[in-house]
Amino acid sequence: MNSAAHNGSPAPLFGLILAGGASTRMQRDKAALPYQGKSQLDRAFELVQRHVSKAFVSVRSTQVTEPTRAHRPLIVDSVEGGGPIVGIRSALAAHPEAAWLVLACDLPFLTDAAIEQLISERDPTVLATAYRSAHDGLPEPLCAIWEPAAAAAIAAYSQSGGICPRKFLRTHPVKLLEARDRRALDNINTPEEYAFAQGALDQGTLASPMQLTIQYFALLREQAGRSEETLQTSAATPADLFAELNARYRFTLARDQLKVAVNAEFAEWSHRLRAGDSVVFVPPVAGG
Amino acid sequence: MHFRFTDRAIDTQSARDELLDKGAGGYVSFEGWVRDFNEGQEVTHLEYEAFQALAVKEGERILAEAHHRFPIKHALCIHRVGSLDLTDMAVWVGVSSAHRGEAFDACRYIIDEVKHRVPIWKKEHYRSGDSGWVNCERCAAPAPHAHHHGHDAA
Repeated sequence: MNSAAHNGSPAPLFGLILAGGASTRMQRDKAALPYQGKSQLDRAFELVQRHVSKAFVSVRSTQVTEPTRAHRPLIVDSVEGGGPIVGIRSALAAHPEAAWLVLACDLPFLTDAAIEQLISERDPTVLATAYRSAHDGLPEPLCAIWEPAAAAAIAAYSQSGGICPRKFLRTHPVKLLEARDRRALDNINTPEEYAFAQGALDQGTLASPMQLTIQYFALLREQAGRSEETLQTSAATPADLFAELNARYRFTLARDQLKVAVNAEFAEWSHRLRAGDSVVFVPPVAGG
Repeated sequence: MHFRFTDRAIDTQSARDELLDKGAGGYVSFEGWVRDFNEGQEVTHLEYEAFQALAVKEGERILAEAHHRFPIKHALCIHRVGSLDLTDMAVWVGVSSAHRGEAFDACRYIIDEVKHRVPIWKKEHYRSGDSGWVNCERCAAPAPHAHHHGHDAA
């Protein structure tokens, strides 16, 4: 138990947007990606700001003058090249009195409701409160509340060579939640996923999401953990739908290894989906 | 249906009888069996899974193509699904025709196309306790590493 919890009132909550990554798969700075004319970083920052008393952007020392980040209050990584755990450590060190609502900047579907759920179900007597990934059941460290008491444990973990915040959460006392809105935690890493997220957000309330049925076979069935689901989605094409589902399930097969079938007939990736369609992504076949 | 699935042992005798034709001088068949090794691994048993609604359509298209390309009388393909043991028959193709040449050619065409195009998947179980979906594992894109769990910009 941390001292704040002993005193009866949990530590005040600050916000930290992680924007120090290399964006290798996206091949351009993810923080600067625009959605509806606003950078991904600004969207995330404004979202978090509505729920905390102070918000900061976590950056590497080489990024302090970068225009997407420079106009925000910054917390600079205390060591170079350490990944997100260094960002979290640096924030806990800069304001040891605060607990931190830590968010990756690449969660375009994150909603106020998802953050409210995290805050309302927060347990300040453990080191962190986090969502459980819908993909693999493991903690999601980059949409989580980290308590002041985590500072010492992270320091010890880092000293012993640990670098993975997810592994840290798995091996320390934390509270894990099931997200009510599974899509809220889908992150985007590739240009394809970005295009899908842009489309989905642009359509927003204009395009009413439609219901599709997706059937899974073989390796995809195992990785999705189901053989069928019905989904409310605003995906316009099988390509969009695959990007949406791949963000959730992290399939090991790339899209160019698959074919797609709509209503039990092979279709193009750009095929226009209609409400009620049944979609199957077809892994490499091996009959005979 | 001339392309079909079964979850039981394939009855080759009755399948062959479907090909009988007074104008046929003979028939050629191919049987695919479960063998005990693949790519250096010792296989203990297999599972076949199919997207049958599409597989039957694609299989029928292949048989129609065979009729179009070769002057044959009848063609039939039966594929098994479910769990199979070593030496079990996974697939059977039969073709009857007036002369043997086109029956051989059409049989070869059908099995080759079925293997490449029909949505059927094979999971191999190995002596080592491992298992894998054939054509899906070895060439697959690398799985996202746990340290990244997707957030490479974080």
